[in-house]
Amino acid sequence: MAGLIHPADLKYTRSDEWVRVEGDQATIGITDYAQDQLGDIVYIELPWDPQTLVQDEKFGDIESVKATSELISPVSGEVIKANEALKDSPELINDSPYEDGWMLVVKLTNPAELDKLMSAAEYEAYLQGR
Amino acid sequence: MTAQDTEAVSLKRTPLYEQHRQLGARLVEFGGWEMPVQYSGILEEHRAVRTRAGLFDVSHMGEFSVKGPGAPAFLQYLVPNDVSRLAINQALYTQLCRPDGGVVDDLLVYHLAENTYMLVVNAGNIDKDFAWVQQHSQGFEVELANQSYETGLLALQGPEAQAILQPLTQVDLAAIAYYHCAPGVVSRVNCLISRTGYTGEDGFELYCSADEVLDLWRDLLAAGKERGLLPAGLGARDTLRLEAAYCLYGHELDDTTNPLEAGLGWTVKLAKGDFIGHDALAQIKAEGLKRKLVGVEMIERGVCRGGYAVYDRERQIGTLTSGAPSPTLNKNIGLGYVEIGQAMPGKIVQIDIRGRRAAAQIVALPFYKRAK
Repeated sequence: MAGLIHPADLKYTRSDEWVRVEGDQATIGITDYAQDQLGDIVYIELPWDPQTLVQDEKFGDIESVKATSELISPVSGEVIKANEALKDSPELINDSPYEDGWMLVVKLTNPAELDKLMSAAEYEAYLQGR
Repeated sequence: MTAQDTEAVSLKRTPLYEQHRQLGARLVEFGGWEMPVQYSGILEEHRAVRTRAGLFDVSHMGEFSVKGPGAPAFLQYLVPNDVSRLAINQALYTQLCRPDGGVVDDLLVYHLAENTYMLVVNAGNIDKDFAWVQQHSQGFEVELANQSYETGLLALQGPEAQAILQPLTQVDLAAIAYYHCAPGVVSRVNCLISRTGYTGEDGFELYCSADEVLDLWRDLLAAGKERGLLPAGLGARDTLRLEAAYCLYGHELDDTTNPLEAGLGWTVKLAKGDFIGHDALAQIKAEGLKRKLVGVEMIERGVCRGGYAVYDRERQIGTLTSGAPSPTLNKNIGLGYVEIGQAMPGKIVQIDIRGRRAAAQIVALPFYKRAK
């Protein structure tokens, strides 16, 4: 996909979320491909309070001008913090999906699950086939 | 995400299809057509129209020619608005109504010359509307022609629209009043230049031959570049019309709605004489509306959308017909039908957003009105 970026140090899901693993914690968000597909993001619903996440289950909603979409958790764990800036500025996800547009920091409860995720190369191959 | 399904139903394309692809448009299905929903982004295109200008390909819309000595009487019978008051080169907004007052489509009627009119209808309703017009023309001395596929249509909308267009034509644009038109040549292309639009800004709609609409598009984009003209898609067209509280067929208008409850009573001239739906609309007016179209602005977080239920505490009092973020107001807004006793500006309601009730306020329409 010309122009879209998927950093090599992250892991990816088939539902277009990314994971940055740092020890027993993970930061999660949606990929450059996902924000490009959505268009201008105008709203996001995240677990703003501590909550348990389960891999492959819905953890929130994201809306663009025209559409709504579900956010699917790439990991299981406990939400440590959510990016409150996204309440008033969800467009940060469009501008900076991997930095300012981060969504949640999660304490992992089952690190073995990370093996189910794709590498950047695998994710880009997956995108080619869609 | 959504897959591009190219094998399924064959979608119609305007002469600008390749141009849209070259400009990087995201294309979607709309009313049987493959159309650009956005180029650079809906919010950016919306803001361009409000502050500078945007250019829309609306060639997918339908145009019918109605000619003959019976045309004035036929059209006066066909639509609720008063066609007899149209001067040459003047247009009006009206509907095709059923005998029960339900709406087949909303449309513009242009008076182009003596006994010569043009109807402009929604893209998704071209065949339905033409069949309706033909069916009801029995007994009138008229010739009808469906010219939709030979006609291109571009909408140049925004405060800079006239400044962008004037250098391309000898027609004095300032002399064309709102809802009036003039034939003329725009950058080598024969056009009908109409001061009309669907955005709530000043602007023009340019009707031309489908063979020449691509040239016209390219010339307009080039001419407008310095003033920040952007190509704009259906996504921005929808957010713009929503802010201006214009109805969209299939949302605020359909067979189950009537123009009176949609706030279009100003286009219904019961005193002019008989027309299809006259008696039903007269009765609705006499009995009083049971519900009416209102605007809502979200108070709590959330985007309201068409189809969401409107509540007064535990009781559902209506349903939204449209909803989206408003880039100009920086709020989330919607239109919907609410029962008449509850439909007061200022009233706090709750919108059911996918199972969560979020507070909103009924507001007077329109949400946005341009400075004169």
